[in-house]
Amino acid sequence: MKALAARRHHRLAPVVLLLLALLVTGGVYAALAPSTASAETASTADIETGKKLFQANCATCHGPSAEGRDGVPSLIGVGAAAVDFQVSTGRMPMQMNGPQAEAKPPQMDEEQTAALAAYISSLGAGPSIPTDAQVDPAEGDIANGMALFRTNCAMCHNAVGAGGALSEGKFAPALWETTPRNIYQAMSTGPQSMPVFNDANITPEEKQDIIAFLVDQREGSAGGNALGGLGPVSEGLWGWVVGLGLLIGAAVWIGAKSS
Amino acid sequence: MSTTASTKHTEAPAQPTTGAGKAADYLDQRTSIGVAVKEFARKVFPDHWSFMLGEIALFSFVVLLISGIFLTMFFQPSMALVEYHGEHPANMHGQLMSVAFASTLEMSFEVRGGLLMRQIHHWSALIFMAAIVVHMMRVFFTGAFRKPRELNWLVGCTLMILGLAAGFSGYSLPDDVLSGNGLRITDGVIKSIPVIGSFMSYMVFGGEFPGEHIVPRLFTIHILVVPGLLLALIALHLFLMVLHKHTQYPGGGRTNQNVVGYPLFPVYITKMTGNFFIVFGVLALMGATMAINNVWNYGPFDPSPVSAGAQPDWYMLFLEGALRLMPGQGTEWVILGYTLSLNVLIPAVVIPGILFTFLFVYPFVEAKVSGDQREHHVLDRPRNVPTRTALGVTFLTAFIILALAGSNDLIATHFDLSINTITWVFRILLFVGPVFAFWVTKRVCLGLQRKDRELVLHGHETGRIVRFANGEYIEVHRPLDEQERWLRVNYDAPVPLRLEPKTDARGVKRKGYAADRRWHRVSRFFFEDRVEPVTPAELAAAHSHGEHDALGAAEHPALEAGVGAGTAQEH
Amino acid sequence: MSENQNTPADASTEVTAHGTDHGELVHPERFTDPGVPEHRHRLTDTDPQANKRAERTVTLLFVLSILGTVGTLVAYVMVPPEGGTSGVRLSTLLLGLGLTVSLLGIGIAGIHWAKTLMGDHEMIQERHVTRSSDEARTGAVADLKEGAADSGIGRRGVLKGAVLSALALFPLTIAVPLIGSVGGDWKVSKFKHTLWEKGMRLAIDPSGRPIRAADVTVGSVFHVIPDVTEEYRESHEWITEKSKAVVLLVRLDPQDIKSEQGEGWSYDGIVAFSKICTHVGCPVALYEQQTHHLLCPCHQSTFDVADSAKVVFGPANRPLPQLPITVDDEGYLVAQDGFAEPVGPSYWERLK
Repeated sequence: MKALAARRHHRLAPVVLLLLALLVTGGVYAALAPSTASAETASTADIETGKKLFQANCATCHGPSAEGRDGVPSLIGVGAAAVDFQVSTGRMPMQMNGPQAEAKPPQMDEEQTAALAAYISSLGAGPSIPTDAQVDPAEGDIANGMALFRTNCAMCHNAVGAGGALSEGKFAPALWETTPRNIYQAMSTGPQSMPVFNDANITPEEKQDIIAFLVDQREGSAGGNALGGLGPVSEGLWGWVVGLGLLIGAAVWIGAKSS
Repeated sequence: MSTTASTKHTEAPAQPTTGAGKAADYLDQRTSIGVAVKEFARKVFPDHWSFMLGEIALFSFVVLLISGIFLTMFFQPSMALVEYHGEHPANMHGQLMSVAFASTLEMSFEVRGGLLMRQIHHWSALIFMAAIVVHMMRVFFTGAFRKPRELNWLVGCTLMILGLAAGFSGYSLPDDVLSGNGLRITDGVIKSIPVIGSFMSYMVFGGEFPGEHIVPRLFTIHILVVPGLLLALIALHLFLMVLHKHTQYPGGGRTNQNVVGYPLFPVYITKMTGNFFIVFGVLALMGATMAINNVWNYGPFDPSPVSAGAQPDWYMLFLEGALRLMPGQGTEWVILGYTLSLNVLIPAVVIPGILFTFLFVYPFVEAKVSGDQREHHVLDRPRNVPTRTALGVTFLTAFIILALAGSNDLIATHFDLSINTITWVFRILLFVGPVFAFWVTKRVCLGLQRKDRELVLHGHETGRIVRFANGEYIEVHRPLDEQERWLRVNYDAPVPLRLEPKTDARGVKRKGYAADRRWHRVSRFFFEDRVEPVTPAELAAAHSHGEHDALGAAEHPALEAGVGAGTAQEH
Repeated sequence: MSENQNTPADASTEVTAHGTDHGELVHPERFTDPGVPEHRHRLTDTDPQANKRAERTVTLLFVLSILGTVGTLVAYVMVPPEGGTSGVRLSTLLLGLGLTVSLLGIGIAGIHWAKTLMGDHEMIQERHVTRSSDEARTGAVADLKEGAADSGIGRRGVLKGAVLSALALFPLTIAVPLIGSVGGDWKVSKFKHTLWEKGMRLAIDPSGRPIRAADVTVGSVFHVIPDVTEEYRESHEWITEKSKAVVLLVRLDPQDIKSEQGEGWSYDGIVAFSKICTHVGCPVALYEQQTHHLLCPCHQSTFDVADSAKVVFGPANRPLPQLPITVDDEGYLVAQDGFAEPVGPSYWERLK
């Protein structure tokens, strides 16, 4: 036990852990969602296709063997989840430099994305793509998701996931449209400025709870139009423009002489 | 009083026959209400839309009272912890929270109309403050604070500060994360106060932040202390308004000795009542359709989380902005081992101190530097008092820049800008913006005054060009009618105070000369640039030159008379 | 001033315009007041049909208001706030719209009535100077003098002193007990104390699971609380203690760490800082993985986690205090000791 404890601090310990996590998720996946394509079980053909796609679309920045360079991260060990997140949200391949890569219509179809993910995960193990069952909002506990979201996420993404500002022009995007799968992947891979929330920090069940909370938010506010969910500033602006606007309009009408 | 009563008896010895008459008789015999009715029923009020702004504030306050009473029936101001068992909202089920928060959820999700009333209450609070601000702007820019209304202006300023206190104390009652972080910032500000800061923090929270006392304490402040003071001061505000009779805009027949308008009964009372229902109706519409402060999205107070977009309600945004703009490095000093946090004190204490002091002292400063002892019941057109108007715009500019700085994160995300750049821009704008606004506003006012002179002297351009036999072209100008001319010439352009010499006739140094000189400087700042109204003699001179070539010749004497001073010096 | 000289002679209750004539040769100093503009008749004054129409509109609006009230009552009975968000929203909307129609109906009807059907002839009333007449003033002064003489306050100096002292002192009977208790125990030194002590495990907020160093991957951020019992975490005392004790834990590549507040205070690239901002106390929680910057969403103070949490932007002045950490025998992260300095915003006697 003591020997094991000592090894926990080994630098490779997280990698070993992640590998274990991968094995577990793989097992869950096999049991629950046999129809979904996955990088872990990808064929060598997929990997070959992925490699070609990588050379054509990604290698200029990330390097011919995905080792990265100054300012461009290495993709060895980022896992299929990172590839799927970046490519399926259109963030990668990047089209122009800016404070951060922004979401846009995806440049690759699902098959190409899967092949690319297969290739990258063949270079080094990393977080895998979650199964549909893992990200099913119906199975999550909304209240627990809320508790986790407000502690871990709301400071950047706002209390209801409306997004917020980071330093120097970067921002945490709004989560209204983000798919449950992408939410999960963002947590497990930590894209760009976002930190990583691995399974020890936020367990897969907890991640599902967070997804359930975010999807529940899409129902809107019980009070009516949520005004963007941005809090007191937007409320103040609407109060001045709509409320005081209407009332001053009424005052002008009251004060005007009848024709 | 007694004479009226006796007159009544002698005039109408017969007993009233109708029901209303009997009731009136009954009441009058016990209250002499007849005198009051006679005094007020046909009291004349001038009519103008901008006189309704204060009414909007008053009526939002009434709505606040009505909806507030509804809320107190269901709200429990306790910080005891409970587990929430309500089914809705789903994201709160089973969470540990204070009774205050739980009762807020219950009144929103289980009481029919409870959420509606909460939202109406909160929207009313925002509109209450907004209406107070625009009402104050109206009073300021038209000079309605001048003698004899200076004291009522002070009452109004105090009402505004009480409004802030009411808003702040109510905002924190649900004990949610957003308002909890607001309280935490307040605690940080209190702690920064030299010497007594820590003890004041303990006094407010009954111990360390957040403790278990703050919500019940704020509740008492919110539903008893502040509304009580507000009601008393509103009564005083209205009493003084009736005593002074309402101001009126300048125009034909409107003087400082009369009031022109419509009688209280029935016209004004109907319009007032109608306006109350319109204000309430608009607030109800807002409460029905626009969500506000959905506390279940922030969750019960927990000192660890905070959400992006953590801001106070709009009327506190200027403080938030001041805190955001202040650079931190080098502004926290340690003196003899004691810490002085200028990075908090300057934005949170000094800046609001300057803003509020300006509001409170302005009427007295203006009275002093104009040397004006007369009563004023006819309002100024803002252009006719350029320095006052410019100072008002300066104040608003600073306020708006601070409020925008308090929203810098939302500006960053909505306009794809860097929050650091925005902060720097606002840091600079806070100093440059108000000065620029002063200069521009004063120039615009002086320009408008000159335009008035121009119109009075030469009339309106008609766009009709006439050619004379000698080939000369002129545009025909239409002279102003009497009413319009009166509007444009009927104002005073005060001159700076005269500075008495340093020594008296016998060469003895005069006491108080230094103070006089300071005031003289302020007075020059106010009144050195001015445009005099056209006099009948000037108009006659302009006419005597003939309608058509008036532009050329009559300009010069006019300029020398008044405008020249305006262009000569600028402070 | 000009208005003073130009009070219209006609100050009766109703006026119409009256012109003034000014001399052609001798010019007065100021223009003269032309008086109240001529009264314009409204359509409803001249056209009986318009008058009738206005009356009908007003009546209709009042009826609309009644319908609004009925609608609210119907909504109250028929649409209870059931079924969560959408149910409450529908109930709020219907009740609110009913209320709106009910109120605006009355409001608009009243205003329309006043504007179109009630008399619109401007009336003039006199104002009087606000100051009371000399006679009243003299009378008031005399009364006060008489009263003062009556009380003899001027002659009885000791009595005067006693009255004033008694009145000045009596509030103390309320103020002293109040001030004594309003601040609890007044022990402001508690600001310097947090739950962290040698060997206290770091646990995840809000679940309370202790954290193994091995579980913290590079680029991770953990929101940390002291490892206390679940029972304690449900007490009110906990909220106050948590307000000072929350910590943010980040793992960096050890090569990226430029400096630390104390030798050996990090563990294998894992650094822990107080989450309470040194500015005014917001939780500083916004961690940017790539720049290692920690940003406060309240006032944008930015701290560099890789460089002893030094301030790189914003209104904070001091770095966030670092919590010295290590691991225990089982591999769990523990505090080496409490914070070396008080956490949170500055206060006067912070360094005393």
